[in-house]
Amino acid sequence: MGRVDGKVAFVTGAARGQGRSHAIRLAQEGADIIAVDLCDQIATVEYPMATPEDLAETVKEVEALDRRIVAKQADVRDQAALKAALDEGVAQLGGVDIVLANAGIAPMGAENEDRIAAWQDVVGVNLTGVWNTVEVAVPRLVEQGRGGAIVLTSSTAGLKGIGGDSGGGLGYTASKHGVVGLMRAFATNLAQHNIRVNSVHPTGVNTPMVVNEVMQKFLEQDPSVAGALANLLPVELVEPVDISNAILWLVSDEARYVTGVTLPVDAGFTTK
Amino acid sequence: MGRVEGKVAFITGAARGQGRSHAIRLAEEGADIIAVDLCAQVDTVPYPMATPEDLDETVKAVEALDRRIVATQADVRDFGALKAAVDDGVAQLGRLDIVAANAGIAGTADGTSNLTEAEWQDMIDINLTGVWHATKAAVPHLVAGGRGGSIILTSSAAGLMAYPNIGHYVAAKHGVVGLMRTLALELAPQSIRVNSLHPTQVDTPMIMNETIFSLFMPDKQNPTREDFAPASQEMNALPIPWVEPRDISNALLFLASDEARYITGVALPVDAGMLVR
Repeated sequence: MGRVDGKVAFVTGAARGQGRSHAIRLAQEGADIIAVDLCDQIATVEYPMATPEDLAETVKEVEALDRRIVAKQADVRDQAALKAALDEGVAQLGGVDIVLANAGIAPMGAENEDRIAAWQDVVGVNLTGVWNTVEVAVPRLVEQGRGGAIVLTSSTAGLKGIGGDSGGGLGYTASKHGVVGLMRAFATNLAQHNIRVNSVHPTGVNTPMVVNEVMQKFLEQDPSVAGALANLLPVELVEPVDISNAILWLVSDEARYVTGVTLPVDAGFTTK
Repeated sequence: MGRVEGKVAFITGAARGQGRSHAIRLAEEGADIIAVDLCAQVDTVPYPMATPEDLDETVKAVEALDRRIVATQADVRDFGALKAAVDDGVAQLGRLDIVAANAGIAGTADGTSNLTEAEWQDMIDINLTGVWHATKAAVPHLVAGGRGGSIILTSSAAGLMAYPNIGHYVAAKHGVVGLMRTLALELAPQSIRVNSLHPTQVDTPMIMNETIFSLFMPDKQNPTREDFAPASQEMNALPIPWVEPRDISNALLFLASDEARYITGVALPVDAGMLVR
């Protein structure tokens, strides 16, 4: 018996990295998946973003677990596209129980940065995108009347003033803090429907968003943020599955009365 | 394969309530248990505390799961007794991996300034110093094991917010958070993780008694469990009056397991949204 048997999870940013890991981990525990990813580049992001091939790989891995998956290319900044993707997934899979607003970008460290464009892109994806994700899912969850669990992916930068002084870095920190406000407001608003809302706050995770030349250069250049990867526990980067395991617990019935919580998975980073 | 298979957990306050539930839940997932409880009354505590028979019941429940348990009557205020109990348990069970510093009491007064000296002192001694004693007795075994470990301190929603009329309880439970953060800092190099749990009202004998009902409903004569339900639910965001011991155990199991291998220094509410409102 899986820990989320028979549930359906809507996952944004599911083509690779943490999103793919979440899809696989939840599928291992019995969930079907509605996967969304932009699968395209954003101009202010200098590291390579996910591709349609990445999303196809997530589909293959979930299907290899004998779970169903409906995967769509969609931009979390486009609420109508997101709603269409969710609607199609719900039509095919029979509902939605779990919502993981995971899609995010980290456009810090760009050379010759357009500060305004970088700010707008990161706030658009990391904050408005999270709001859009919850916004399209909530009417479904409420209408179904069987509760639900929403997890918003924030960051240690959602709890601490790290991220550097670029437009993209400031936007990253501001958007990840903003996610906490959204989480708390939704938790309060949705509790009456037995819909729980929590956020996770990873330290550096071993994904293409973090492990790339642009991020490495950024960390080397700014000693004030170089500590961003210096954790309390003796581990440099955590693995995507560590975040997935925290999310699995939060969305399972084992956490049926956990809501409104900011859960760091940060190897002690925010305790330093 | 259990989620804490082959590990050994030291649990204080294990005779009943949350402590018994932790022992059973961890045993279900493959752990052996070192159980400690006072099993006696403390004068200033206004409800019946656990008995030796309660502790026996925990032993029986763990053994029914085919796990081993070493149970000792000991007072968390008595470091020597607590250390002896842990040392004996580790000698018999071979290792130590998980610490659940769970033992605690509740009490109330008409205004925190009206607590007696004895009420204040017993509360701090059990709910704060007793937690430190549990970690002090256990940490040398965790370090010696060289495999890291997971320490979970039971605080309360009252460790992160105030309730009127229980300043001693609120102060002790806030103190537990400071202890948790300090130990998390100190023990991280050894991969020993330290976190705290912050429950809302839990359906246990510590809460389900007339004295605690009166704390929530000062104007009600002879309040009952039925009277308490709506008053308690009022404080939670989720539409439930209280949570079950097993809900806290499931959070503890997660923190104790390798699934949380990189979670440390975290104050984790299991509070039905009490703190977010």
